[in-house]
Amino acid sequence: MSAAAPLLEVKGVTLQYRVGNVAVTATYRVDFNVEQSDRFVILGASGCGKSSLLKAVGGYLKPTEGSIKIGGRAINHPGADRMMVFQEFDQLLPWKTVRQNIVFPLLATRKLNAREADDKAMHYINLAGLERVAESYPHMLSGGQKQRVAIVRGMAMEPEILLMDEPFAALDALTRQRMQDELLALWDASRFTVLFVTHSISEAVKIGSRILLLSPHPGQVRAELNSLPRPQDPVASVALQDKIHQLLFPGEETAQS
Amino acid sequence: MTQTFGRPEVFCEPQATDRLLVVAQKPSLLAAAYNLSWLRKTVLLIVLAAIWQIYATWLDNDLLFPTFSATIEALVDGVVSGVIPARVVVSLKVLFMGLGVGIVLATLLTAIAFRTRIGTDLLETLTAMFNPLPAIALLPLALIWFGLGVGGVVFVLVHSVIWAVSLNAHSGFNSVSNTLKMVGRNYELRGFAFFRQILIPAAFPSILAGLKIAWAFSWRTLIAAELVFGVSSSSGGLGWFIFESKNRLDIASVFAGLLTIIIIGLIIENVFFKVVEARTIRKWGMLA
Repeated sequence: MSAAAPLLEVKGVTLQYRVGNVAVTATYRVDFNVEQSDRFVILGASGCGKSSLLKAVGGYLKPTEGSIKIGGRAINHPGADRMMVFQEFDQLLPWKTVRQNIVFPLLATRKLNAREADDKAMHYINLAGLERVAESYPHMLSGGQKQRVAIVRGMAMEPEILLMDEPFAALDALTRQRMQDELLALWDASRFTVLFVTHSISEAVKIGSRILLLSPHPGQVRAELNSLPRPQDPVASVALQDKIHQLLFPGEETAQS
Repeated sequence: MTQTFGRPEVFCEPQATDRLLVVAQKPSLLAAAYNLSWLRKTVLLIVLAAIWQIYATWLDNDLLFPTFSATIEALVDGVVSGVIPARVVVSLKVLFMGLGVGIVLATLLTAIAFRTRIGTDLLETLTAMFNPLPAIALLPLALIWFGLGVGGVVFVLVHSVIWAVSLNAHSGFNSVSNTLKMVGRNYELRGFAFFRQILIPAAFPSILAGLKIAWAFSWRTLIAAELVFGVSSSSGGLGWFIFESKNRLDIASVFAGLLTIIIIGLIIENVFFKVVEARTIRKWGMLA
């Protein structure tokens, strides 16, 4: 741990939704810090408020209690320093080609001029092996390709942190595995900081460098663990997954797969 | 169980795909021709024109029902002499004025409705009241308020455009997916930029549907209004051309005027809107 302030500091964050007249608590006094180049995974069953937590970091949701700071600055609204990757396939702008989809945020935020944005987009398109679909419209892509574009679009912005909300959950199992490997390969290439939300224990162990476990109703921190160094030993991986399962579902038999 | 495991396992090498390509059999010339939709429709049109010609010749009454050839002759004469093009220009000018004003007002109304709740109520109430009201029914009022000039027609046209456009645009904006809106905010787009770069393209299928309806309403309304207004205005449009030809008992020209209205309608609907659709929502895969 460095002595300097963490990149992302989440301190005592309580999130509440208003449903009719009732305030539903999504998370209760959650603390965690994300450091530079972390692959930080928030893991929990549905209803633990992990997506709400990510949306709060994204600036879409105001905490009723506690604070969220990025680089020491409080988060008040959505911003391009925190690029989101959503679960839904419709997150790409359907009226723009793959290349235009990646160029657009670079221009809209006045980060780069048109030529630089184009060069940057092509660099990342090549990095992700999307050359063949660069001029295609999103509706011509498969689900996996769409998510790949969404990730690349986020990476090309070179944000301080990339926020991913179960980006692989809607993919088939084979594609999901490939996308996880590709995400790790992309991380190896540029070591970006990523905050990744998932409900899959195996995905958390595979993707994460550090894993935050949330217990549900309302979401509270159960544990914060280090994941395994890569390449991961399969036996150690299964052991860690069992340990996480025990922590999340105490008293239950370990699921053997 | 043991029996299942005892069955032999099968492994195959994938075949080279170039050998598996099957060349479809070429259809005969006649079948290929029959597959062309425009050719089938052209043949139908020729048949209908022939029936028209035969019936009118047999009827032999130019005052009731001129022949197809006489109608075409009148149409060609009208076009060559410059009368019909001049009338078309007058009609289209008024039409685009009405459409333009209507669309601008509809945009304002929709923008207010999207931003505020009272605006939404206003839009819903107004459209519920005025959408069922045929534009033609406002003609007498328009006569009194704006006189016999262009103003009255434009007023009626605006009424026929504004409700269809704002109703469709409003429902389009409301159905833009939350994810896309969040993406737009992630790009730090706000206010007008957000509206123009995210909401309008995302709602474009609905907006285009609204524009199509607006066009159809306004074109029909315009011709009807001209039949009434043109009577005393000096520079009439196509509706006035029809009325005038009828007064001269030049029924072939009446038919030629009707044909012109049909042709312009077909061009706008099948060429203009088709092209816009192909270049936007069809290309983007946003066709509902």
